[in-house]
Amino acid sequence: MIATQLGATHLQFLLQGALWTVVLSAIALVGGGLLGFLVALCRVSGSRAVRLASGAYVQVVQGTPLLVIMFLVFFGLPPLGLNVSPLAAASASLILYVSAYMGEIWRGCIESVPKPQWEAAECLAMSRTQRMFHVVLPQAVRIATPPTVGFLVQIIKNTSLASVVGFVELARAGQIINNSLFEPFLVYLIIALLYFAMCYPLSRWSRRLERRTGFARRQQVVSP
Amino acid sequence: MSQPLPSSAAPVVSLRDVHKSFGSLKVLDGVSFEVPRGEVMAIIGRSGSGKSTALRCIDRLETIESGEIIVCGHRVSDPKLPLRALRLDVGIVFQSYNLFPHLTIEENICLAPVTVKGKRRAEARETARRVLGQVGLGDKLDSYPEQLSGGQQQRAAIARSLAMEPQVMLFDEVTSALDPELTGEVLRVIEQLAAGGMTMVMVTHEMGFARRVADRIVFMHQGKVWETGPAGILDAPETAELRQFVGSGL
Ligand SMILES: Nc1ncnc2c1ncn2[C@@H]1O[C@H](COP(=O)(O)OP(=O)(O)OP(=O)(O)O)[C@@H](O)[C@H]1O
Ligand SMILES: [Mg+2]
Repeated sequence: MIATQLGATHLQFLLQGALWTVVLSAIALVGGGLLGFLVALCRVSGSRAVRLASGAYVQVVQGTPLLVIMFLVFFGLPPLGLNVSPLAAASASLILYVSAYMGEIWRGCIESVPKPQWEAAECLAMSRTQRMFHVVLPQAVRIATPPTVGFLVQIIKNTSLASVVGFVELARAGQIINNSLFEPFLVYLIIALLYFAMCYPLSRWSRRLERRTGFARRQQVVSP
Repeated sequence: MSQPLPSSAAPVVSLRDVHKSFGSLKVLDGVSFEVPRGEVMAIIGRSGSGKSTALRCIDRLETIESGEIIVCGHRVSDPKLPLRALRLDVGIVFQSYNLFPHLTIEENICLAPVTVKGKRRAEARETARRVLGQVGLGDKLDSYPEQLSGGQQQRAAIARSLAMEPQVMLFDEVTSALDPELTGEVLRVIEQLAAGGMTMVMVTHEMGFARRVADRIVFMHQGKVWETGPAGILDAPETAELRQFVGSGL
């Protein structure tokens, strides 16, 4: 990074950062999605204790800035004898963060499946688990797709916070390059464009999905 | 504990002095009636008189405060009753069909027989074909609910219940959401079931239908069985309330 003009190496470095942003986002989505699914199931559990415990988890995570979670994991764990790499710290923090928000989004989707659907399944002698997996979840998934894709945009943007634990993703890569080039406007403009290129298609997709499922749901609501 | 009773003389559904409130609102105030095997009972009455609640109590969708409900030998009023056993014996159809919108009609019908009763797919499909033929929808196996008319959806919902081979069927105003020209096709299906000997309890606003199909009428008023008897009571009501109800043309 000795050249004083923006060159191919710089761009390559930025693209590499962008790739890490994508990887981190994917980890957060998959890990946070799995954990979030569990959280959503717990939030609508038949057991009051499970509902309360998962509710408290969501409240605590949602009430803590992602930045603080990152600090806690990266700087808080080593004194306890657990050394974490920047990637591990960023991944774990994002998974916690995403699970709480996804859990709440999906709880809402599960609860928005009309109650008569539960009842109809119950009257067919289906167990709670059977009702959930055969009747409610398949319908909840359709409702959940647009807000989930929409939230993916938030995840991508939030990965930029991983730079505080020294993880070199797109935002951090931009910082490093700017430190040698002193061209903040140009560099950050490129960064912004790269984020936009990742997020915009997702927003568009989410809005398209929203319109489509909104239509489908209007057709299927028949209960008075 | 709640094995079906062997005696064929025992009524399929029996309510004795059932009380039920929603908060401070008394909805069932000492309701008693019995439905012998093979008989059809029609529950009629003004809006809010507790008809749906009575029906829902039979399938334990509501719990009661006091009294006794026995359905197919299951002591429904017992808080520890295993619900699965009860629901295997009772079929219920609601005003709002409640078909599963993400499944085809065939899948709607096969779901419970396969998951609950452990039937093999092929066998469940056979049953689906049979019950759909029974309700006149033999050609709609692969349709989704939203592709059917209200009357067709309601008949599919009835077929879905029948596929579980219940001992008794409960109907709660199953034609109230339908356009008048579609009610006939649903009522005909219920009438065929009655002719086939199915035990049924139906809440209905269709007086002509109740007269024709019901062996016994229960007129509910203010949470009580105000008047009960064979369909003839509609022509010669004893109470002023029933006279007024019948006269109002509801
Ligand atoms: N889940 C509930 N919570 C509170 N009140 C209820 C509930 N369900 C019914 N009620 C009330 O109980 C009373 C009886 O209701 P129910 O549905 O049994 O009447 P109904 O005879 O079926 O009337 P309709 O002909 O309008 O269907 C009504 O006043 C109703 O508002
Ligand atoms: Mg009602």
